[in-house]
Amino acid sequence: MFSANLEILPAAVLNGVMFGAIYALVALGLTLIYGVLHIINFAHGAILMLVLYAVYFLFTLLGIDPYLALVIVVPISFVLGYGLYKYCIGKLAHGKDTNILLITLGLAIIFENAALFFFSADQQVIDVPYAYDSLDLGFVFLAVPKVISFFASLVICLLLWIMIAKTDMGKAIRAVAKERQGARLVGIDVDHIYAVTYGIGIACLGAAGCLLMPSFYVDPYTGNIFVIVAFTIVVLGGMGSIVGALIGGFIIGITESVGGLMFGESLGQIGISLIFILILLFRPTGLFGWKQ
Amino acid sequence: MSKFSTTSRATLAGTLFTASLPFLIADRFVIDVLTLILFSAFLGQSWNILGGYAGQFSFGGVVFFGTGAYVSAILLNTFGIDPWIGIFAAIAAGVVTAAFIGFVSFRYGLRGSYFALITLAFAEVFRVIANSVEFTGGGVGIFIAHEPSLARLQFDDPAGFYYIAFVMALISILIAMWLERSRFGARLIAIRENEDAAEALGVNAFKCKMYAIMITGGMGGAAGTFYVQKYLYLDPPIAYGVAFSVEMLLVTIVGGLGTVFGPLIGSFVLHGVNEVARHFISEPGLSMIVYGVILVAIIGFLPNGLIGLFKKRRKKQGGDGDA
Repeated sequence: MFSANLEILPAAVLNGVMFGAIYALVALGLTLIYGVLHIINFAHGAILMLVLYAVYFLFTLLGIDPYLALVIVVPISFVLGYGLYKYCIGKLAHGKDTNILLITLGLAIIFENAALFFFSADQQVIDVPYAYDSLDLGFVFLAVPKVISFFASLVICLLLWIMIAKTDMGKAIRAVAKERQGARLVGIDVDHIYAVTYGIGIACLGAAGCLLMPSFYVDPYTGNIFVIVAFTIVVLGGMGSIVGALIGGFIIGITESVGGLMFGESLGQIGISLIFILILLFRPTGLFGWKQ
Repeated sequence: MSKFSTTSRATLAGTLFTASLPFLIADRFVIDVLTLILFSAFLGQSWNILGGYAGQFSFGGVVFFGTGAYVSAILLNTFGIDPWIGIFAAIAAGVVTAAFIGFVSFRYGLRGSYFALITLAFAEVFRVIANSVEFTGGGVGIFIAHEPSLARLQFDDPAGFYYIAFVMALISILIAMWLERSRFGARLIAIRENEDAAEALGVNAFKCKMYAIMITGGMGGAAGTFYVQKYLYLDPPIAYGVAFSVEMLLVTIVGGLGTVFGPLIGSFVLHGVNEVARHFISEPGLSMIVYGVILVAIIGFLPNGLIGLFKKRRKKQGGDGDA
């Protein structure tokens, strides 16, 4: 039994890495929003669910391939996120963190139930021609959609990192994250930066949705699966850290995959929560976070 | 009578009115909803002690409720112990769980969103364990036999449960009133406003936060017993899922964070909106959309919770305005 487990261990690890890349993308949006706005975005999972539906309908109604949909979904997600913050969350919260929490929670309730109302509770999958293609690495088979999503996630993380590290907008975002008042004093439009950051965070979800849909499903509650996992990755990697989110995503992906293999479907999930607790206790700044 | 303030007279009148409701309303359904409102207010108040007064937000407040529910359900089902004893075991279990989580989190100095997240993680760990071991019934859950009698804390007449929930809500409000007048409560508020400053003034923040989370835990445990006796079923997602965690912070913040009547007002309005929406709209999802929109609107227009409405009016009238 155990030796059989060992044989498929490399496969489990690799699959964990592949899925971890998607987790990383979801967490990337969350960590950026937390790092800059210092809010916990409870609507994150619900918005991911909306994106998955968007990809689903683009494919079934218009025949647009999910990977091609990236160029449509990501910009729209950005605009949606920007508008959502500028005209809803930022306006209604009156600058109180507890209120932002409840507003994002309220938005999640609205989105989930709107999906339930319009799209019903049925699980939807898309049937892409390459869904069951796989790569033979000699010792393990890897599903092609997962390999694509893995490399695409790496590229997106890299692009985001370049944007934050090298551009003027990125510099402004970092300035606002570190010192809100100081940024305002040197002429940065803080509210605009907040909205842009929220938009980028949601755009990451847009990308994650496009990459996820070929090998996953969507129903009104899909997003919830990712919320706690994404929080764990954010804390593990260090709140606000892009590299941390990526590596945190891999660690969690592997933990989940290997934990499921070793301890079974139910108890295997405990690994993620235990890592979460241990990191919070012993290194709350995360692996790559800076001290506040 | 003159030595009582307007507030305490209004409170007394409100208490008597609420106590007499089962005599005024014959509809079982309405009594059931009112019971739910009082129960939810109790849960909210338990969260309010730690989250509202001491300022320690938890996203996993359900963990005390779930543990209490499991303890009293297992005592009843496996050992035949009546819930009247079970409820004390549940309170004890809630306090012990709270002491453990509090000790670990506060000892390591977790604050703000870090504390909130670790409570969420603990709830997840408890959920996975409850789902994986035998004595909790695993994923299948626990069914409680329906044997209405006072000893079993089960009633055919919905007024029975109503009065239990009423007494629990009343006790929770008395605890909050006591808190507002006690030095302990003042220390908690000082910690909420500025923990470092409070410590500099000699407040033992660790000890105070431990007491606060243990009160929250005990109340949560008691709520667990009530829940299983009323709804006769328990499984890991109910006991440790996010639904109840969200419920308790929602009613509290919507009503008014760190106030005596906030949880009750929030519970009344949110459940009221929910029931009315459900009554008029039968399509799945649509009533919850209305609920969500109203929730966002309340937060957007009343940033201090519904209780802000009363305080503002009292100020305008030149009352004692203790905002």
